[in-house]
Amino acid sequence: MRLLRAAVTALVILAAWQGLVWLTGVPRFILPGPAAVGTALVRQAPLLLGHAGVTLAEVLLGLLLGVLLGSVSALALASFRVARRWLMPLLVFSQAIPVFALAPLLTLWLGYGMASKIAMATIIIYFPVTTSLFDGLRRTEPGWLDLARTMGATRSSVLWHVRLPAALPAFASGVRVAAAVAPIGAVVGEWVGSSSGLGYLMLHANARMQTDLLFAALAVLGLFAVALYAAVDALLRRALPWQPDTHSSDEKD
Amino acid sequence: MLDTVRPGNPPDYLSVSVRDARLTHGGVRLFDGLGITVEAGRITCLLGPSGVGKTTLLRVVAGLAEPEAPTRVETSDGLPLHGRIAYMAQQDLLLPWLTVLDNVLVGVRLRGEPRGGPLREEARDLLARVGLAGREGDRPASLSGGQRQRVALARTLMERRPLVLMDEPFSALDVLTRLRLQELAAELLAGRTVLMITHDPLEALRIAHRVHVMTGRPATVGPALEPPGPTPRAVDDPALLALQGELLRRLGE
Repeated sequence: MRLLRAAVTALVILAAWQGLVWLTGVPRFILPGPAAVGTALVRQAPLLLGHAGVTLAEVLLGLLLGVLLGSVSALALASFRVARRWLMPLLVFSQAIPVFALAPLLTLWLGYGMASKIAMATIIIYFPVTTSLFDGLRRTEPGWLDLARTMGATRSSVLWHVRLPAALPAFASGVRVAAAVAPIGAVVGEWVGSSSGLGYLMLHANARMQTDLLFAALAVLGLFAVALYAAVDALLRRALPWQPDTHSSDEKD
Repeated sequence: MLDTVRPGNPPDYLSVSVRDARLTHGGVRLFDGLGITVEAGRITCLLGPSGVGKTTLLRVVAGLAEPEAPTRVETSDGLPLHGRIAYMAQQDLLLPWLTVLDNVLVGVRLRGEPRGGPLREEARDLLARVGLAGREGDRPASLSGGQRQRVALARTLMERRPLVLMDEPFSALDVLTRLRLQELAAELLAGRTVLMITHDPLEALRIAHRVHVMTGRPATVGPALEPPGPTPRAVDDPALLALQGELLRRLGE
């Protein structure tokens, strides 16, 4: 049923798009019709897949690195007052400067290869991951902490057995956000300077007025982002079966 | 470390006295020079309206709140209470990510002690005694409020501590469930040294050997009332109902 609804929505959008192209007679290099994009998708499939592979690798590595760094930072923030005092302002500052402004610098430092794009994706997701886990770690049910204290638990044991598991739902929200924004980081990195990846391909196609190829790359990227988010979401749900799910997917009207 | 008494029964010879207890909250003196004795091997109930400071008194004994000078907590063997209490609160405080069995064993887990076969057997046994045999592998979310509080009771008993502290443990339950759990608690806590806080006179009369009323501002603790007969006492016991009237009168003073 849900699939059917999604298919109907997609069909309506495609029809409207095609109708717009027919009605306005807009030239192909401004707005290609869905049929033209579809043709480009099929004809350029090997090219698209090759570049998509590069972007996917960047996104996944960035996601992994960002989640890892964010988790370690959040644990350090929650465990040590010194870390809170010194790292917290840095964390807020790192979020205050637009990551896009850093892209040229990262390319300069890390080169045109994948490293600078991974760094971009990492930086862009570091903040949501860190703050979500840190917030979760700070908001442990006080009763649990009392109970653990009367049971003679050490601080590290409470962190490991109570505060960290209790923070996982909040952390999962952070990782979901990260999965959604990580592709942005990678693509922005590719725009600024690269020789491969979907971002590069889009820029390249744009410059050569191959707008149909640009749209095809965009479609692949969109599919990617959605698939990545869905995969991460499914993984987190499976990992946290006890998490109360207030966002019900079969809402009644 | 103080848990080396494990094989065999918990020592029930410990009696505890709070002397010269003082509590100031927001500039208001809630009580001063207050004293109460918890006799060894018996259930002592502290009955009082909410806001009288009885929970804070319990938290001081539990080591969860700093005692205000000149409050003293004295034990019959002269040793500190730290590590020798089991605490049961109004909320069940079950960890949602652990199974029922693991929740009963949570103290062992938090102290990093080996969770071997004999302990698991003991936990299973306790769950059977609170009427939850067969639910060991379930998550707390699938249990009713009464069942959850039964697990909390099993967890409290699993700790095998010389002093059991209970803070209105059944007040969040519906009447029938509450009555059933009072019977269960009275049976399972027989012979243990227990200090229980409640605002329900009937509850105090059903399961306590000694009932103290704590009222007034600044609050005072009245002399112990010792209801006759073995516990748990029947709800419709005429002597009990007469005493309930007496307690209500004292509470209203």
